[in-house]
Amino acid sequence: MDNLYRDFILEHYRNPHNKGLLEPHDLQFADSNPTCGDELSMTFVLDSGGERIVDVAFDGRGCAISQASASILTDELRGMSLDEAREMDPKDLLEGIGVPIGPARLKCALLSYKVLQGAVRGGETAWPEVADVAG
Amino acid sequence: MALQQAIPTTTSEGLNGAALRADFPIFDTPARNGERLVYLDSAASAPKPRSVIDALSDAYAHHYANVHRGIYELSEDATARYEGARKRLASFIGAPSSREVIFVRNATEAINLVAYSWGRANVRAGDLILSTEMEHHANLVPWQQLAIETGATLEYVRITDDGRLDPDDLASRLAKGPKLVAIAQVSNALGTINPVAEITRQAHAAGALVLLDAAQSVPHMPVSVAELGVDFAALSGHKMLGPSGIGALWARRELLNAMPPFMTGGSMIRRVTLEGTEWNEVPWKFEAGTPAIAEAQGLTAAIDYLEALGMDNVRAHERELFVKAWGALSAIDGVRLLGPSDPDAHAGVISFVLDGIHPHDVATVFDHEGIAVRAGHHCAQPVMLHYDIPATTRASFYVYNAPDDIARLTDAIRAVQRLFAR
Repeated sequence: MDNLYRDFILEHYRNPHNKGLLEPHDLQFADSNPTCGDELSMTFVLDSGGERIVDVAFDGRGCAISQASASILTDELRGMSLDEAREMDPKDLLEGIGVPIGPARLKCALLSYKVLQGAVRGGETAWPEVADVAG
Repeated sequence: MALQQAIPTTTSEGLNGAALRADFPIFDTPARNGERLVYLDSAASAPKPRSVIDALSDAYAHHYANVHRGIYELSEDATARYEGARKRLASFIGAPSSREVIFVRNATEAINLVAYSWGRANVRAGDLILSTEMEHHANLVPWQQLAIETGATLEYVRITDDGRLDPDDLASRLAKGPKLVAIAQVSNALGTINPVAEITRQAHAAGALVLLDAAQSVPHMPVSVAELGVDFAALSGHKMLGPSGIGALWARRELLNAMPPFMTGGSMIRRVTLEGTEWNEVPWKFEAGTPAIAEAQGLTAAIDYLEALGMDNVRAHERELFVKAWGALSAIDGVRLLGPSDPDAHAGVISFVLDGIHPHDVATVFDHEGIAVRAGHHCAQPVMLHYDIPATTRASFYVYNAPDDIARLTDAIRAVQRLFAR
């Protein structure tokens, strides 16, 4: 337990980075976790060519894992091209979270990734296969 | 089937939940923290007593062949046991006749059977179907689909802030003359026990039939469909200590006789030619294909076990646990309890929210403390919307729970509060 909820995660949960809504924005997407109904949205500002992420913010409510995951993921996105964002491996995010996520909580951890993919691919995407064992 | 072991039933204080754990092999394995498993998720599904597991194994080893087909000893034996399960279940739920009990997979399938068969034959554009805001999705989505397909209207009886059906709202909606009232006896998300006999009386006076979702009541309290006066009742075997994969629909025989089949194929026919088919009589008209032969025998063992305990004792035991748990949780700062506080209107299901801590985080911490609870929307998202919360944590009791489980639960609540206050 202390492993999963170590200070790093709780710190992101209590003081999330990049929380809020960017207005105006170039991209916006929202999605939800069907097992708990948690909703998460992201807004993006792109460079003049519309190809690179200049700024990003997330909003929504959810558990410590989903909120910390969104905080950690959005930290990584500034300066990233949309192509690079599309090619992100969800396992890298799980690694970045840095704590062992059990199968029942994988969707909590990957909701932010799913919202990102919906935004950069222009529509809702399937859960990544790594979440297939999740409830 | 005879029980393979003596069952400790009652002490002077009623059921001894801690002693009953010896009958349930799931408790032989410690939880991940090395301590005794505290199982508080029986509203989702119940562990099985050894007698049920043995009955399943015994069915496959000694009493197994297809039913209603073979002209040989094994098939006759399996058929007698399958039909015996139907009789036992009919008697257990106070059904006037076992011919009114249809075996299905679970309560969800039972409700779908009614929605597809009775619903599509009887509900027309402009008709009203009445359900409630506290229903499990199983007693809500099939009616939404029926309404979409037929052009009927679906309305929901509102719930009050303490999680009861609003009687005034019920009366005003019944005055519109619904065709059907679909209602749970016990809410899986709130624990509320609805006054079904009274609601049924009012619904019948308004000209409606009543479908009872009995999935959360039949396992936990004496239920007589005849005394309640309802027209349809749906239940699941796996929540009443029986195997998964078997449940039942009970309905009044004249309704079943008039309803078209739900699924068609083998076994449910009387005569088939290439031009057409005559249906078998009820209940077999509704049991197409090979049914859950072994599971029915396991269900009989579950009913044996519950009847040996006595359903009055089961209800009294859970009422006592509810009172203890409600008191203990109310005493902790930052705990918000849902549903009625009256123990006569609340089953052994407690849904709660901890201030500032998401139910998924609560359940994960509990899991590491060896406690199994449900966290989520409990397949009742409209209930969550009513309270404007994404989810709750739910602790639900059964025969193997005892005050020591409540002590572990309250300790774990304090542990998660400490962790998130850090």
